[in-house]
Amino acid sequence: MIQLDESPAMVTVGASLFADALTAQVATPRQVQWAPPVPGSEADLAAIAADVRTHAATAESVRRLVTARPQWVDVLPAREALGLGPREFLHAGPPVAWADASGPIRGALAGAMIYEGLAENFEEAGRIATRGGISLEPCHSRAAVGPMAGVVSASMPVSVLEDGENGRRAYCTLNEGLGKVLRYGAYSPEVIDRLRWLERVLGPLLGATLRQRGPVDVRSLIAQALQMGDECHNRNRAATSLLLREITPDMLESGARSEDIVAAFRFINGNDHFFLNLSMPAGKVAADAGRDIPGSTMVVAMARNGTEFGIQVSGTGDAWFTAPAPPVKGLYFAGFGPEDAGLDIGDSTITETTGTGGFAMAAAPAIVLFVGGQVSDALANTLRMYEITLAEHPFYKVPILAFRGTPTGIDATLVVRSGVLPAVNTGIAGREPGVGQVGAGLVVPPMSVFVDAARALARRAEPRGAPGALGMKEPS
Amino acid sequence: MNTRVELRRGMYRDSVVLMQVSQAVAACRGVAAAIVAMATPLNIEIYERLGFDPAAVEGASPNDLLVAVRAEDDALDVAAAELERQLAPAPTSQADGFGSPPAPRTLASALRHGGTLALISVPGQHAFVEAMDAIQAGVSVMLFSDNVPLEQEIALKDEAARHDVLVMGPDCGTAVVGGLGLGFANALRPGPVGIVAASGTGAQEVTCLLDADGVGVTAVLGVGGRDLSAAVGGRSTLAAMKALDEHPATEFVVVLSKPPDPTVAETVRAAAGQLSTPSLVAFVGMGQGDLTAATAQILVALGRSPTAPPEWSAPYERAPRPGFIRGLFSGGTLCDEAMAIAAERLGPIASNTPLQAAWALDADLRAPGHLMIDFGDDRLTAGRPHPMIDQSLRLERIAEEAADPACAVLLLDVVLGYGAHPGPANQLAPAIAGARDSAQRGGRDLAVVVSLVGSRSDPQGRDATAEQLAAAGASVHLSNAAAARTAVDLIEGGGR
Repeated sequence: MIQLDESPAMVTVGASLFADALTAQVATPRQVQWAPPVPGSEADLAAIAADVRTHAATAESVRRLVTARPQWVDVLPAREALGLGPREFLHAGPPVAWADASGPIRGALAGAMIYEGLAENFEEAGRIATRGGISLEPCHSRAAVGPMAGVVSASMPVSVLEDGENGRRAYCTLNEGLGKVLRYGAYSPEVIDRLRWLERVLGPLLGATLRQRGPVDVRSLIAQALQMGDECHNRNRAATSLLLREITPDMLESGARSEDIVAAFRFINGNDHFFLNLSMPAGKVAADAGRDIPGSTMVVAMARNGTEFGIQVSGTGDAWFTAPAPPVKGLYFAGFGPEDAGLDIGDSTITETTGTGGFAMAAAPAIVLFVGGQVSDALANTLRMYEITLAEHPFYKVPILAFRGTPTGIDATLVVRSGVLPAVNTGIAGREPGVGQVGAGLVVPPMSVFVDAARALARRAEPRGAPGALGMKEPS
Repeated sequence: MNTRVELRRGMYRDSVVLMQVSQAVAACRGVAAAIVAMATPLNIEIYERLGFDPAAVEGASPNDLLVAVRAEDDALDVAAAELERQLAPAPTSQADGFGSPPAPRTLASALRHGGTLALISVPGQHAFVEAMDAIQAGVSVMLFSDNVPLEQEIALKDEAARHDVLVMGPDCGTAVVGGLGLGFANALRPGPVGIVAASGTGAQEVTCLLDADGVGVTAVLGVGGRDLSAAVGGRSTLAAMKALDEHPATEFVVVLSKPPDPTVAETVRAAAGQLSTPSLVAFVGMGQGDLTAATAQILVALGRSPTAPPEWSAPYERAPRPGFIRGLFSGGTLCDEAMAIAAERLGPIASNTPLQAAWALDADLRAPGHLMIDFGDDRLTAGRPHPMIDQSLRLERIAEEAADPACAVLLLDVVLGYGAHPGPANQLAPAIAGARDSAQRGGRDLAVVVSLVGSRSDPQGRDATAEQLAAAGASVHLSNAAAARTAVDLIEGGGR
């Protein structure tokens, strides 16, 4: 009950006059820098706050997210791990048809069809796709995530990440490196050749290694890398090095041919982003742990396909809330400029969804050399994200913020209330199929997807007095 | 003359800040009229009254900032520059430090770093969400905001019960907790009395009268004007009574309200009977005693003999005055009490918060006979500061009443304390003197009676304020009931 003997520690929101009046009484109130929510969202926000389930359900979502224990347990062909048929293809972001697909997605799909032997070239692939000869599905609908175009086909090897807490699994392809690669929409012979090497050499080698040595604790690697200057989205140099240190002896003991082991070592060592394709499914398996809790307002996916930016929220199941994909603001590789850039693309925003990437930017000041801006911006980005998140990650810590946990678990209603949008670091794909990566930078998600999510949550809200669907008790 | 009208979409500042901006812009040389305010219907009405073009603000929403200035040609740019200077956000040292966090944007965020009591004064339609943040963080709330829907009030109070915290409000104007005055609060000495109040100015009146007799408080816990309605059922009142009963330093519990719902009144009386602390339940209103009488009962219960509340009376003629009382209030309960006292002797009093539905004023707030207006009512405060902070509507009306031959007695309240206008007498004294002068020129002796609510320690200075108003010709009373009776006496020609 209210404390009457001690002078209260005041927090004020609203007219600054009242904070001033407290200061005049030698109190030191903390004043909220309040502004109205996005116009038109007031009634939805009130309905969500009035839903008896919201508070406990959202708290439970984020609890499950931050206690997830992602481990790398295997590498298997997608047809085995994901049950993908020969004409089934996954892509990044919310659902999209070939007719609306961006250049990078078309290029990557064409490359995957050439790789699977379904087409000879881009034109033929396009004809097949146009007449509905392949089926398309978002990675997210199969517990997978894919960077950039995110295209996955049956023969591709995928990493299997398992949540040590509940056995839930998530999947992601192996990272191909930078430059001309499938995920940026390139489909030239060198791209296809590399995919075959991943399928025939690297995938089986890593799979055998993991099955022999046991799981790699990816959560621990991310936690260490954050203290070594990575944010595990656009900077994975430390994490990739740590990973190699971890698995090299086991690769050597795997019984594989030594030239394959050397090639595998060189490939991983030469690709600073190799770890991204583990950091992403680590995020996915954690986010999925927080999914499907009725009443929860936590965002469980942010993803883009170069056409649309979409989010999913725990309390609204598999519904996507989408808006046109925004352009990326950043730095370009030599010979490229904004006119070459495609729109925002990829599932890699799963990192921001789960407390790394742009949200952990303060841990990675060197990132600004890659994505632009000042070191102080990196700090400010992370600090701002605490305004829209539900927890500080118990394992992912930021040294320069006195080892404060990273801001984790986006609350869609806090985004709408505060006007603060998630900070996202990302690569920039060329707009035309076949070009590849042209730069990297920062992207601002569209506010409307969060407003739409709030509307959907409000429609599903159970007013007070109604029976709770979850039957959960308030945390005491 | 040149006019500039502008709508800034999505720009928000609180109404008190905008009042100061408006005043600064209006004070620029060559500016004839200026309004800088959120584009609420009420503010658009004022905008139109200032002679600006209604067509220019078509489609404006309360989320838009309305800027309108009329000035001599060369003064407009100077005024515009002043406007930008005033609207520029104050530099915050918080946001630019290395690793120091930006200011929180929501209560949820702010409360993660501690806090034991939240004071919420955002516009009513946004208050529920912020209050939920606090309650679910286990923090009690003083909810100053008005215009909060009834079902939201009930939901907040039910949630508060689950988290064992107190919701004071909505529309709670005053509270004293742990020696700290919240909202509009007088500087009160510590003492034995704990007050639960469904009426903000009622609590201020009683505590200031106690203060005049040397008696202080342990706490003043507001509950909001609707708490004792049938729908809300006294949820916060009962919780606050329990908190005071369990508080060792509180020797006497007072429950203060306008006449509540009869069933709820019974519940509250029964609960008071169960307290281990002596108590008084005072439902003040028509025929049920006034706040001054309730204060005397408290003093007697404490074993003291009440003294007459201070007054600084003016030597008005005792002859009957042809005409009517015009009461202009900032405190709702003060207005109610004055109406109850006046209606007993003078009959119907027209009001925007009438004692009887038949006495309701139209939206233009005009009536030929006796009338009393509560300028602090919900409908007159949407998107603008409370009249205890911004006296401009009342000052306008004082001038109008001075020009109306039917107005014989002006009755005003002045509420001092933290949060209130820092020097109300500096504006009111000249307005009172001016009103009396202009009435004099029309051959009337306009009587002005002031009900002053203040403690001896209030920052504005209780006695200095009273003397300044008395010097302007007003009869000043610390008891609101005495002020109302004096006003009636002046009409009838009776009294001392």
